[in-house]
Amino acid sequence: MIHLALGMDWLLASRSVQPFLLVGATLFCLGLFTVLTRKNAVAVLMGVEMILNSANINFVAFERVRASGVHPLTGHVFAIFVIILAAAEAAVALAIVLSIYRNFHTSDVDQATLMKG
Amino acid sequence: MHGWQELVYNLAFWVMTLLTVGGAAFVAWSKNLVRSGFALLLTFFGVAGLYALLEADFVAALQLLIYVGGILVLFMFAVMLTHKISDVNLSNESSPQRGAFAAIYVLWVFLVYVILATRWPDAPQFGRTATVEELGRGLMTTWLLPFEVVSLLLLVALIGAAYLARPLAIKIIEPLGSANQQAGLAKPAGWSARGAK
Repeated sequence: MIHLALGMDWLLASRSVQPFLLVGATLFCLGLFTVLTRKNAVAVLMGVEMILNSANINFVAFERVRASGVHPLTGHVFAIFVIILAAAEAAVALAIVLSIYRNFHTSDVDQATLMKG
Repeated sequence: MHGWQELVYNLAFWVMTLLTVGGAAFVAWSKNLVRSGFALLLTFFGVAGLYALLEADFVAALQLLIYVGGILVLFMFAVMLTHKISDVNLSNESSPQRGAFAAIYVLWVFLVYVILATRWPDAPQFGRTATVEELGRGLMTTWLLPFEVVSLLLLVALIGAAYLARPLAIKIIEPLGSANQQAGLAKPAGWSARGAK
């Protein structure tokens, strides 16, 4: 089932897209782990950026093996949009973190619980 | 692709993978928030290298410009502004990790199994020309509406960020009054009667 039987070609980044997908999956898991375990809001945001980067790796990797259709480079365009949205998200989120820090004198996400029911 | 070219390509891939995953693991486990930020630099750089290896030259350049040059600087500013510069240590406390690690490990094994068990299309030959021209044409024709919408969204997000990050409005008015006095401007009528300085 696993392509070990077909030889080691799947391990070569120059012949197959699988190594890139593996890197993307690993980066996604590390980012999710960062988001889940960190208390500091800035560190949580770093994890979010890692997750977005892993999605981008997949977009660009699939664009490479896609049969070129009507719209060329769609994967690249999606990656560019994700980068732009990540920039907007980082700006707003860090402004919120600064605001929270000014009001609560902490930037730990489990300290700012004013709106918790 | 000649043999030695392929060797160099795969070597570059593993170097970039090491940078990406190593930096990400350091971000995930480091106790020091400033060091996490610098490890994030390695991750972003490695991802840019992976884009370059995937023949996405423009996306790689954007990754370097926006992520490394913009977002990472923003992160370092946020780290420095929310903590006293002197206590950069131990600002990155983490909650209990064992359950999260187990869950994420299961997810990772599942993802790796899916990736290895699926038959992906073979990568085509290398030799694509520069992508900038095609991308520019696409952004001005096919993707024009999303392009404009996302520019509007970026504008709104930046205005919102500037609004959120500034101090309260009352604190802004006071220095304005004193600045007027310093400049020798005429005080409004009844200024002192209201008890202002």
